[in-house]
Amino acid sequence: MKKITTAILALAALAGTSAWAADLNAAGATFPAPIYQKWFQVYKAEHSSVQVNYQSIGSGGGIRQLTSGTVDFGASDAPMTDEQLAAIKGFKVLHFPTVMGAVVPTYNIPGVNAELRFSGSALAAIFLGDIKRWNDARIEKENPGVKLPNAAILVAHRADGSGTTFVWSDYLSKVSPEWKSRVGANTSLNWPVGLGAKGNEGVAGLVKQTPNSIGYVELIYAVQNHMGYGLVQNAGGVYLKADLNGVTAAAAGAAKNMPADFRVSITNAPGKDAYAISTFTWLLIPDTIHDATKRNDIKNFLKWMLTSGQGYCAGLTYAPLPKQVVAKEMKQIDEIH
Amino acid sequence: MSAPASIGVPARKREGVFLQRLKGGDPVAHAIAWLAAASVLLLTVLLVAELWSQSATARHAFGFGFLWSTDWDPNARKFGALPFIYGTLVTSALALLISVPLGVGAAVFLSELARPKVSVVLTFLVELLAAVPSVIFGLLAIFTLVPLVRDVIGPALDKISDVFPFFAGPAYGVGLLTAGIILAVMTFPFVISISREALLAVPREQREAALSLGATKWEATWDAVIPFARLGILGSIFLSLARALGETMAVTMVIGNDPKIASSLLAPGYTIASVIANEFTEATGDLHLSSLILLLLALFLITIVINAGARLLILATTRQGSAK
Repeated sequence: MKKITTAILALAALAGTSAWAADLNAAGATFPAPIYQKWFQVYKAEHSSVQVNYQSIGSGGGIRQLTSGTVDFGASDAPMTDEQLAAIKGFKVLHFPTVMGAVVPTYNIPGVNAELRFSGSALAAIFLGDIKRWNDARIEKENPGVKLPNAAILVAHRADGSGTTFVWSDYLSKVSPEWKSRVGANTSLNWPVGLGAKGNEGVAGLVKQTPNSIGYVELIYAVQNHMGYGLVQNAGGVYLKADLNGVTAAAAGAAKNMPADFRVSITNAPGKDAYAISTFTWLLIPDTIHDATKRNDIKNFLKWMLTSGQGYCAGLTYAPLPKQVVAKEMKQIDEIH
Repeated sequence: MSAPASIGVPARKREGVFLQRLKGGDPVAHAIAWLAAASVLLLTVLLVAELWSQSATARHAFGFGFLWSTDWDPNARKFGALPFIYGTLVTSALALLISVPLGVGAAVFLSELARPKVSVVLTFLVELLAAVPSVIFGLLAIFTLVPLVRDVIGPALDKISDVFPFFAGPAYGVGLLTAGIILAVMTFPFVISISREALLAVPREQREAALSLGATKWEATWDAVIPFARLGILGSIFLSLARALGETMAVTMVIGNDPKIASSLLAPGYTIASVIANEFTEATGDLHLSSLILLLLALFLITIVINAGARLLILATTRQGSAK
């Protein structure tokens, strides 16, 4: 009996210490969570005093927790809106792009094995319900030589609020005025047509199961699950199959006009080798951190993340930041005081 | 760290005195039981108060119109509950329509007709079924039920849609019907196991009296046993309804998540619990979040109305009833 009590006490003490050592708390986006966990784990191994406790509760939750001051920093797949920034009292939020991802169209048409090509306007028309059948002239024109069936298109989209949906709809808003006015860009939308499924796996499953369907998933998800996906026409007019180089090129293309606060969408970025539906994901860091230890830990981590940390991207199929962007972010670290 | 060990012995002594007092002391037992009961009330009150205060933004923006508006457009900041209320009620009703006759039938078989060995094994299986997590039912539905509805059941129902217009339209596999069926599967074990308990609790004399009057076994069951167990059976139905109304995961996976009011059961729909699970984490803006919480309040109201209706129904049938 005594032994058990001692064991329980020891366990409790152990749990206690590990909870105290988690001296930085962060919460937010789920999309970059795997690489963030990896970074925090490696960084802790190299600088044993710094443990970051990251909860991947979603971008919206990350922003809310940062606003209410329950976390030291947040993370989001969409930049904060002016309204959200105005709601924060006591400090300003700095956006630090960390890695990049992309969204790809995936489809299931029985008898069609070719990789289909889509222009932005065709994708918007499909998701608006204007293009109703696969053999529509607007799709056939872009895919000469592919025999498309006279079958109704079933659209699959994310039902859960998601950064993936934000990027997808942000892109469609840029290439289609009608999409912009009727639907717009957001993490949850009022979809004109289609079925909703939960998560990348839900959309992928629905597309895989339903003949003549089309949906969209994160590039990482498609690559890791060996899914086929279509080519998307970029702003330079080239039909490009998404890969990590194309995503980094999109960020490099956007780097020239990068606003000082990094709140920028890089969908439909200029450049012939830029993949059109690419995005940054951001860490949201307060510019004023009163605790000197925390401030230094965060600043040192950011420096490490922008240099050595980027080396872990490829292994986890994230696109690393282009060096122009890294250089600009390094300067922004000095604004934290 | 030595503190807990030194408290150990006196604590046990104190516990002994306390237990003694409890054994002899009705007032103490009364107080403890009262506290336990009060905590239920307190929890409910806190829940409603929290939902009420958190949904203030949406209540002020939409008022009662929220309940019958069909808009759900986070970008335009327009929110309405009707498609979700519709989806929740339709799927739950479908579920009960399927699971109640099957479940009560199975319970009658298990308690009245089956041999004891068969009954024990089947009852064990039913209880096992009740313990399966909902996400597993959802996955099963995606891999088996969804293709079945899309390729077999849906097209078959579409053929009779001239007579039954609510079976019209293309079958995607996911939709209200599929969600209703999976909810039926999930509520089925509840109906069986509670109804069976109620039937088993019927006194032997009830059966023997009917049999001695010359009733067949089935007549005795139908006329003497089932009416006697009516309250328990009704209880099982309302518990199942509660589960169906609030079920989230399995429904989200198969309902199609489209907030539109469709006349066809093969069309996709959306339920209150599903939209909250889907959109809560990434809700942008206070109004969106507040509207989701207002939806919760609506679900709470629906549950209260249905439960109150159930009570009234029980009261009414008990007065007219013969057995109790």
